[in-house]
Amino acid sequence: MISDGVEDEEKWLAAGIAGLQQNAFYVHRALDSNNLKDALKYSAQMLSELRTSRLSPHKYYALYMRAFDEMRKLETFFWEETRRGCSIIDLYELVQHAGNILPRLYLLCTVGSVYIKSKEAPAKDILKDLVEMCRGIQHPLRGLFLRSYLSQVSRDKLPDIGSEYEGDADTVIDAVEFVLQNFTEMNKLWVRMQYQGPAREKEKREKERGELRDLVGKNLHVLSQIEGVDLGMYKDTVLPRVLEQVVNCRDALAQYYLMDCVIQVFPDEYHLQTLDILLGAFPQLQPSVDIKTVLSSLMERLSNYAASSAEVLPEFLQVDAFSKLNSAIGKVIEAHVDMPVAGVVTLYSSLLTFSLHVHPDRLDYADQVLGSCVKKLSGVEKVEDSQSTKQIVALLSAPLDKYNNVMTALKLTNYSHVMEYLDYGTNKVMAAIIIRNIMKNNTYIYTGDKVEALLELIAGLIKDADGDCENEVDEEDFKEEQNSVARLIHMLHNEDPKEMFKIITTVRKHILAGGLKRLPYTVPPLVFSSLKLVRRLQNQDENGAGEEAAATPKKIFQLLNQIIESLSNVPAPELALRLYLQCAEAANDCDIEPVAYEFFTQAYILYEEEITDSRAQVTAVHLIIGTLQRMHVFGVENRDTLTHKATGYSAKLLKKPDQCRAVYACSHLFWADDPAVMRDGERVLLCLKRALKIANAAQHMANVTRGSSGSVTLFIELLNKYLYFFEKGNPQITVATIHDLIELITTEMQSDGATPDPAADSFLASTMRYIQFQKQKGGSVSEKYEPVKV
Amino acid sequence: MNYLLGAFKPACHISIVFADEKNRKKVPIKKENGQTFMVPLFQSQENIAGKISVEPVQGKKIEHNGIKVELLGQIEMYFDRGNFYDFTSLVRELDVPGELYETKTYPFEFSTVEMPYETYNGVNVRLRYVLRVTINRGYAGSIVEYQDFMVHNYSPPPSINNSIKMEVGIEDCLHIEFEYNKSKYHLKDVIIGKIYFLLVRIKIKNMDLEIRRRESTGSGANTHVETETLAKFELMDGAPVRGESIPIRLFLSPYELTPTHRNINNKFSVKYYLNLVLVDEEDRRYFKQHEITIYRLTESPSE
Repeated sequence: MISDGVEDEEKWLAAGIAGLQQNAFYVHRALDSNNLKDALKYSAQMLSELRTSRLSPHKYYALYMRAFDEMRKLETFFWEETRRGCSIIDLYELVQHAGNILPRLYLLCTVGSVYIKSKEAPAKDILKDLVEMCRGIQHPLRGLFLRSYLSQVSRDKLPDIGSEYEGDADTVIDAVEFVLQNFTEMNKLWVRMQYQGPAREKEKREKERGELRDLVGKNLHVLSQIEGVDLGMYKDTVLPRVLEQVVNCRDALAQYYLMDCVIQVFPDEYHLQTLDILLGAFPQLQPSVDIKTVLSSLMERLSNYAASSAEVLPEFLQVDAFSKLNSAIGKVIEAHVDMPVAGVVTLYSSLLTFSLHVHPDRLDYADQVLGSCVKKLSGVEKVEDSQSTKQIVALLSAPLDKYNNVMTALKLTNYSHVMEYLDYGTNKVMAAIIIRNIMKNNTYIYTGDKVEALLELIAGLIKDADGDCENEVDEEDFKEEQNSVARLIHMLHNEDPKEMFKIITTVRKHILAGGLKRLPYTVPPLVFSSLKLVRRLQNQDENGAGEEAAATPKKIFQLLNQIIESLSNVPAPELALRLYLQCAEAANDCDIEPVAYEFFTQAYILYEEEITDSRAQVTAVHLIIGTLQRMHVFGVENRDTLTHKATGYSAKLLKKPDQCRAVYACSHLFWADDPAVMRDGERVLLCLKRALKIANAAQHMANVTRGSSGSVTLFIELLNKYLYFFEKGNPQITVATIHDLIELITTEMQSDGATPDPAADSFLASTMRYIQFQKQKGGSVSEKYEPVKV
Repeated sequence: MNYLLGAFKPACHISIVFADEKNRKKVPIKKENGQTFMVPLFQSQENIAGKISVEPVQGKKIEHNGIKVELLGQIEMYFDRGNFYDFTSLVRELDVPGELYETKTYPFEFSTVEMPYETYNGVNVRLRYVLRVTINRGYAGSIVEYQDFMVHNYSPPPSINNSIKMEVGIEDCLHIEFEYNKSKYHLKDVIIGKIYFLLVRIKIKNMDLEIRRRESTGSGANTHVETETLAKFELMDGAPVRGESIPIRLFLSPYELTPTHRNINNKFSVKYYLNLVLVDEEDRRYFKQHEITIYRLTESPSE
């Protein structure tokens, strides 16, 4: 039955078109022979096709358009007829003899149009008559199309200012009255449509109504096109009348569409001057009207208007647009108690955007908006539906986008209050937005208070969710987030050490509270940021040390110690170790031996107790050795202890090659760059020899286990070490030792079990080339190398 | 005019010519056989004058017992066919008995004839005016010739012409108020009015305004009433809501109306009614009928 409906409709439409065309043919014939009577008769028959009730608006429109085309021809004929001397007044009467009302009124409108054109009667009288007579069609669909036809044929004939149909006085008002009346009637018909027909087809009807809305809206468009509608008339007549109709029709669909129409059709300037009236209508609309969208689009328009030119800004101030909008929104929200949170927030978001555009200098306005928003939100627990959160994010992003400076946002006291209403996930999203903004604009946050505020704000990224275990977040995302936090920490910066120290303390407080998972990401930037401060202090120390009581390097080191310690719970021993070493180095540069020693101790403890993975151990040992080598604060005793330990670690590595490499690296510990610190050639040689022994052992082991000797790479590496120290002038390294080693390597390489290793070959070759090169270089180095034979 | 000639061969040809035939307005009249003829138009109190010529068929003489012309006003009831009631009968003798050899023309005149009733052609009744020329012949039967003419009587606009205003309805269902601007309309008049919907609880499909003519003939038990709908004029399409007002503008000129006739010679009456009909979606009709008076307005000289 239902599926038949569409087919039937097609059939009816086809029948309608056929009937229409047939009669149109007779009309044409009558027109060709100037037979007025037949023309009227057949055109009435033709128009009778429009009396159908069977077509949906869409199909009806198709039929109407065909009739419309025919009527244009008829209109031309009528016009010619009057040129030929037929009285237009008679014609006007003649068409009214038609018995059926719909054809009669179409004809009347057509002749009426010619009547106006003939100027035999004032346009306003004819228009008034036409719009009045059209009341006879109470059927919504047919009425809408008829009145649309009237509007169409009359729109170029309105007695507008400057129009040729302008009458003696006050005629614009007649034009306006006409359009308003037609609009009112059309809207009534349109609204009435929903009540006709069975209830079960309501949805379908609403859809059909949607298709017809432009017919109604066109009237508003016509109004906006009338030249004579100036601000005064708009304010006194047009807008109140339109709004009255909109409010009184009590239909959500119509109200929504028409309000939007009004906003879109009339100039911004008018809106600005009539804000009171326009806004006054909003609270009176039906609860189901999507007010937020309409109001938002109004504010958006006004915002754009304000942005269009600076000259219009005084107008905004003059009419106090902001407070009007603000109070209107308040009223709307009050009137619609059950408006969803998303709607409320959308409204505030638009208002905020407006305020930011129009009053960029009035932060208090923005804060006020956020404040009202908070007040509204206070009723609800946490905002959870995606729609609302999306809107809140938009709301909160607006100031950031506008000012491109998070500092400004931080000045808005209510900003954080709004954020509190976000659920954990959204809070994170928002925090990420804030951080991105900071990064993009390179905003440095330079006071402790602000840092405090900011970190509170982005708590979502800093802290774990309260209470419940957040279901496992994507590892990748988490990393991404925490990396951004790490980047943020670098943006918290102040040149003043005192303030910077404060910042560091604040950040520390927050990140330590942030949960173990985050520490590996957040601690390093903080440590480095602190170390940066230390370095700066260290440079300043010379000029004005005494008064920097608040932020001495010592204090910072204490802090750092605690911070790094916190990593032990994670645990992240490797990271902690690196950080300790970094700190130690910094302490070294500050000449604070005990501190440096302490850091080393911590690092050693970590190495001994926590770092168990052999690969990690290798790395750690090398790090320790490298750092230790650069230390110069230590006294002999401390140094010995530390070096001894380091060498011990090296020898105890699991794999022989690792051992070998670590041990030969240790040799550097006894040969500091600065001779004053440490130069002990003997112990260097000892280390190297030991390394050689280990290398031999490794070779041997390889022989035993795999039946082939391992690579000679280790030997070649050792050779390079020997050469290094030889070159540096270690007396214990002689030409002979080098010769021995070279020989050893060559034999190893030529031995039976040796596996050919192109990498080792080329390594050796380049080492040899190096020796050759040094020989030829001239100067003291050449001399030194002279005895070395290759 | 000379259709009788075709019927049988009369001994002579009679023609009737009105004095001002050239200038007088002529109107169409429908004869019994459906054909339309143009006949001159008169009104009451006019002089009806002219010439009657009798032209014997070539070479024949007509003996007669006298020639006369009568002006008759007749009412003819169709169900009582053949019976004419002459409400007016005037006679002029044209010639004394004698013989006619050649064409002879007789002038005649009825001055200031009282013709109170208008010509009327109804469903069951006809009122007509006719001139009858009779040549009396004793043996061969009389020769009779008829000439119809029309009478219209004009009235000035009535001094009192109230509007018709009515409130009607069905309780809790439909309540309307309508208004016609006058109660008396002339034939080329236009009915202006408005219908207010005070309460609408039924689904109205459309609304028409009908003009109905009610012709009643005879009297007492023999009364025949015939009602015709002369006009069906759609006023409204679709269902109005409470508070709607629908305009009425109905031009009377396209319809074949006559003036209202009240109790013409105790034989018949013709009355007109406006019938407002509302049709609902189940095709039920709700209507309210109201009489209007139609008169013939004194025509302006231009017509």
